[in-house]
Amino acid sequence: MRHFKMVAATLAVSALAVLGSAGTASAKTQIQWWHAMGGALGERVEEITANFNRSQSEYELISTFKGNYSETMTAGIAAFRAGKQPHILQVFEVGTATMMAAKGAIKPVYELMAEAGVPFNTGDYLGAVAGYYTTTDGKMLSMPFNSSTPIIFYNKEAFKKAGLDPNKPPKTWPEVGEYGAKIVAAGYPCGFSTAWQSWVHLENFSAWHDVPFGTKENGFAGADTEFAFNGPLQVKHIQQLADWQKDKIFVYGGRRNLGNVKFTSGECGMYTESSAGYGGFKAGAKFEFGMANLPYWPDAAGAPQNTIIGGSSLWVLAGSKPEEYKGVAAFFNFLSLPMVQAYWHANTGYVPITTGAYDLMTKLKFYDDNPGRDIPILQLGAKAPTANSKGLRFGNFAQTRDVIYEELEAIWAGQKTAQQGLDAAVERGNAILRKFEKSQN
Amino acid sequence: MVGARPWLNILTHVILILGVLIVAFPIYVTFVASSHELEALLQTPIPLVPGGELLNNYTAALTKGAKAVGAPVGVMMLNSLVMALGIAFGKIAISIIAAFAIVYFRFRFRMTAFWMIFITLMLPVEVRILPTYKVVADLGMLDTYGGLIIPLIASATATFMFRQVFLTVPDELAEAARIDGAGPLRFFWDVLLPISRTNIAALFVILFIYGWNQYLWPLLITTDESLYTILIGINRMLAAGDDQAEWQIIMATTMLAMLPPVLVVVSMQRLFVKGLVETEK
Amino acid sequence: MEKRVVFRNPVLPYLLLAPQIAITLIFFIWPASQALYQSLLQQDPFGLRTTFVWADNFIDLFSQADYLNSLQVTTVFSISVAVLALSSALYLAVQADRVLKGAMAYRTLLIWPYAVAPVVAGVLWLFLFNPTLGIAAYWLRELGYDWNHTLNGGQAMTLVVVAATWKQISYNFLFFLAGMQAIPRSLIEAAAIDGAGPVRRFWTIVFPLLTPTTFFLLVINIVYAFFDTFGIIHSVTEGGPAGATNILVYKVFRDGFLNLDLGGSATQSVVLMTIVIAFTVIQFRYVERKVHY
Repeated sequence: MRHFKMVAATLAVSALAVLGSAGTASAKTQIQWWHAMGGALGERVEEITANFNRSQSEYELISTFKGNYSETMTAGIAAFRAGKQPHILQVFEVGTATMMAAKGAIKPVYELMAEAGVPFNTGDYLGAVAGYYTTTDGKMLSMPFNSSTPIIFYNKEAFKKAGLDPNKPPKTWPEVGEYGAKIVAAGYPCGFSTAWQSWVHLENFSAWHDVPFGTKENGFAGADTEFAFNGPLQVKHIQQLADWQKDKIFVYGGRRNLGNVKFTSGECGMYTESSAGYGGFKAGAKFEFGMANLPYWPDAAGAPQNTIIGGSSLWVLAGSKPEEYKGVAAFFNFLSLPMVQAYWHANTGYVPITTGAYDLMTKLKFYDDNPGRDIPILQLGAKAPTANSKGLRFGNFAQTRDVIYEELEAIWAGQKTAQQGLDAAVERGNAILRKFEKSQN
Repeated sequence: MVGARPWLNILTHVILILGVLIVAFPIYVTFVASSHELEALLQTPIPLVPGGELLNNYTAALTKGAKAVGAPVGVMMLNSLVMALGIAFGKIAISIIAAFAIVYFRFRFRMTAFWMIFITLMLPVEVRILPTYKVVADLGMLDTYGGLIIPLIASATATFMFRQVFLTVPDELAEAARIDGAGPLRFFWDVLLPISRTNIAALFVILFIYGWNQYLWPLLITTDESLYTILIGINRMLAAGDDQAEWQIIMATTMLAMLPPVLVVVSMQRLFVKGLVETEK
Repeated sequence: MEKRVVFRNPVLPYLLLAPQIAITLIFFIWPASQALYQSLLQQDPFGLRTTFVWADNFIDLFSQADYLNSLQVTTVFSISVAVLALSSALYLAVQADRVLKGAMAYRTLLIWPYAVAPVVAGVLWLFLFNPTLGIAAYWLRELGYDWNHTLNGGQAMTLVVVAATWKQISYNFLFFLAGMQAIPRSLIEAAAIDGAGPVRRFWTIVFPLLTPTTFFLLVINIVYAFFDTFGIIHSVTEGGPAGATNILVYKVFRDGFLNLDLGGSATQSVVLMTIVIAFTVIQFRYVERKVHY
């Protein structure tokens, strides 16, 4: 009999496979939402989820944090390929073109809302935000969620020590250079640093100065677009940053927003970062800091134009049941309520996505009590967008961002001049675009 | 004794102690960091002596986890434990019976089976992760302990180790068993298993660590917070995005994540050494 | 090596092998064959449109400057890790072998990094060398050396090599110590009587006898550096700056897993598989020899 035990033990191991997948027998229709909001932002997401669930009794929204933006998108796509996709997937702005091209995998938001019979008007949403996720004929494909834009943060204490007026932030890049030199002279190891180097100093830089980042209206007018961010203005700017490193006016802090500690620790006096960095700075910095518009080059003809958004939107994936889509529509409707947006905006550094929420905040005198918090909104809407400042739409752009990071790092390290590095980035980026174009046929 | 010169002896100890200190230094810094509040860790230079938040940070990590990870560290540790034990026992069980079949039987496709198992050595998880994910999804094993464990329990090294052990068992034992009329399973249970006991234990130590330290696989296949392992937890805590990462909690969690495998290695040192030497042979 | 005594049973051996073979087929061989097939395809991330492109992905791969760079980086990384981890472990093992008392205590204090997950090891070292906050970076700055591995490729490489070495020393140390303790004392004592000092004794007797161990460890260490260091690169440098630490296995992960270029990533997987096969052959030939003699 003893050998039966052994066989049983082996079987038990295989039986583990069967364990665990017991679903809850609830009458409510469950809606799965995979998001990329960690830390305090994740707590806000949980609160919104809980509020939506309290607001009605038909649907149960379940939100799951799937890691950073790339991880979340990969998890969603892998799940789609396996037929186990969530209803809602949060995708960062650089994944937009990839998602748009995936017809058959996505359910456009305008279609979803129409089918569910939920009133929906693209015009209710902030132009700079909605435009990014809308087709050229005005149909919204994904639901804007967290949108931000780069601004400059500055350490008021450092400004005082450097003999600068803490209420007079730099307006232009030459001023950043001048102030940076004074801050370094006052004993700080670094004048200015940045997060999101590609997004701030190339993507937004191009929009802000009304120069093309790519051809074909930055990809909006066709997938046969090519990159153009190696123009004279971009080269001049990047070269200037590289040159400033000699005097520590500019110090490189790492990819994404890894350099944020350079600002919170007081090492750098000025820092360009997404407006969404506000919450982290508020929590981490021991000094008073101010916010201002992204600087520009005064000799550039088009500047300042308007900046573009970053952040992400919510995509609805294809392949679910109609009643579940109704639940998604109900949630999107809830999410667009001025109250909900006002809450999200007030508690994070993101901009509200509807004009209604912005009006509500203005009426509540939020911006009088919190000076500077409306800077991103005003900057996004500074002028009517041009072909260069609507946004970006490039396939596999996440991969191109990697390439840009690599080439910029080579420039900061002095291995390449700005011209050489940006030329190389454009060339490698174009190869990625062609590959993407090919995979679409 | 050879070369017993007092000054040389002291020098030797000094070198060794230095080596131990260098190896331990990163852990010390992590420990110190886990005993401070966040603000202290955002200043240069960070403190080098323990602070007063030790208990708070660990309680917070164990009961609540970092913000929005969705699972407290306690639960994640338990999942890591289930995964590590499942992988260790699963691998041992299926490897030992496979080795038994290969060594003590002659049958068609014996060499085919041998080579098929051998091939698994050549297929690191990074190489086949997305297709494997699809298989697991098709079998309905996403978000289950089975999905975490079973795809990882095929093992060429363990099978080979048991093969080596069995080959050193004197043929007379099997002969005697056969004359006594004992069947193969009885022989396996009464003779081979007891002989392999230390090898099993040694292998267990190695496999436990292997299972505990799995990273990429659980990251991909779990969406249910109640199945998160401790390393997923650390990954989630680091991905604070636009927000400030809570380093004091991350560091406390890191210390907790290291504790079980380190304890296993140190307390079962003799078996661990044996396990390493045997499996890699 | 074959057993003379075997059991006869028409079903049992197949039953015994079934779990192992089933898992191997389902979770290893089938997915790997899918990866092979994928390397000949061009596909969008969602798998909606697929084109068969023959060897285009391979041609593409080897014409990319950054892939060739990655090959080079991997070579430098692996050799550095192997050399550093082997030499420092050997040095410590020689010292531990020399002390009369406490060799086991030192062993206990040196082996535990083996148990630390690579990604955790990465976090530990990153925390030490964070250019702004890290205590080690701070000390270096005080000494007048500007540490910024996010910008300086050489520093980034140094950091990941050190982190990877740290995790591997314990393993090597164990094997060296075991190897040295297996050397007969009489041999060393005889040399001592002949007047050979400790250094000469090491190079003329101990080291030659450790050659098989060293060679074995060399292969293991290189395989370790090639594949198991993924977590370290992921948490410390993400392959940067400017591709300075973008080792092959990390590039596969990045291109396929994060950037969703499935065809290109599968192609790299096939190349990696070829490398693993080469290593396995070297290792196995050597191991077989050790078993026979």
